[in-house]
Amino acid sequence: MAPIKPKVNVEYSGAATIVTFADEKILEERDIQELQEALMSVVGHSEKVNLVLDFQKVQFLSSAALGLLIRVSKKVYEQDGQLRLCNISPRIYEVFKITRLTKIFEIYADVPGAMASLPAEGRGTNEQ
Amino acid sequence: MVAKIPVSRSIVVPSTPSAIVGVCGQVIASLEANHFGEDDVFAVHLALEEAFINAVRHGNKGEPGRAVKIDYSVGPDQIEVSMTDEGDGFDPDVIPDPRYGDNLFKPAGRGLLLIRSYMNVVEYNKQGNSIRMVRLKEQRKSSKTTAKLGT
Repeated sequence: MAPIKPKVNVEYSGAATIVTFADEKILEERDIQELQEALMSVVGHSEKVNLVLDFQKVQFLSSAALGLLIRVSKKVYEQDGQLRLCNISPRIYEVFKITRLTKIFEIYADVPGAMASLPAEGRGTNEQ
Repeated sequence: MVAKIPVSRSIVVPSTPSAIVGVCGQVIASLEANHFGEDDVFAVHLALEEAFINAVRHGNKGEPGRAVKIDYSVGPDQIEVSMTDEGDGFDPDVIPDPRYGDNLFKPAGRGLLLIRSYMNVVEYNKQGNSIRMVRLKEQRKSSKTTAKLGT
């Protein structure tokens, strides 16, 4: 039996919950469904989650992946949380620009930048 | 080994989302053999994925028994791809623009915008069940590639 490879790595760093996508490509419907379950699980575990999504490893994504991000964003903000994206490659950033999703997502160059942008209060719900 | 000569192929695959993976692999190999740059590969890959998902989901209504036919030709300066599903077709001009108003917050509806953004020519047949896409090789990238090859 093949080992199960996690779709995301989750790290709790003080104020923030940092989720790093493990795959280079976010494409297939099944993968996106699994990612959604993983992300919704992370979001659902705490009120006011400060979620940082790290795209460092991601080299390719489809419009279905953008849809996933929008669904996650809605869930985060419904729970009074915050969402930041970071480490997005220039080619993928172009996809965000074309679709104007740069207007609704807060995108930062790296994890420290994304974390620094988070509000000071209410960041500690996942502190370890 | 992939030939560095104009390649034309016709492939028929079932309406399962993973069926495009092998097609993309073949097309990308042909692009690389013809020294298309990474931006070209990214653009064509994205357009193929988006067109295929539209064909499977909206055209063939997700019925695996219905086929998608993909014809492509890769030459030294451009790639042309046609993708035809077995659905009734649609009018691409009535698709709402996902960049404005409430559409910006909807999780779907961006595939055609991306295809139009990344391909130089995008057109549908009269029935609306077949899309034809052309991308010209990016000149700046191709000259860089040539330089790297030391020619």
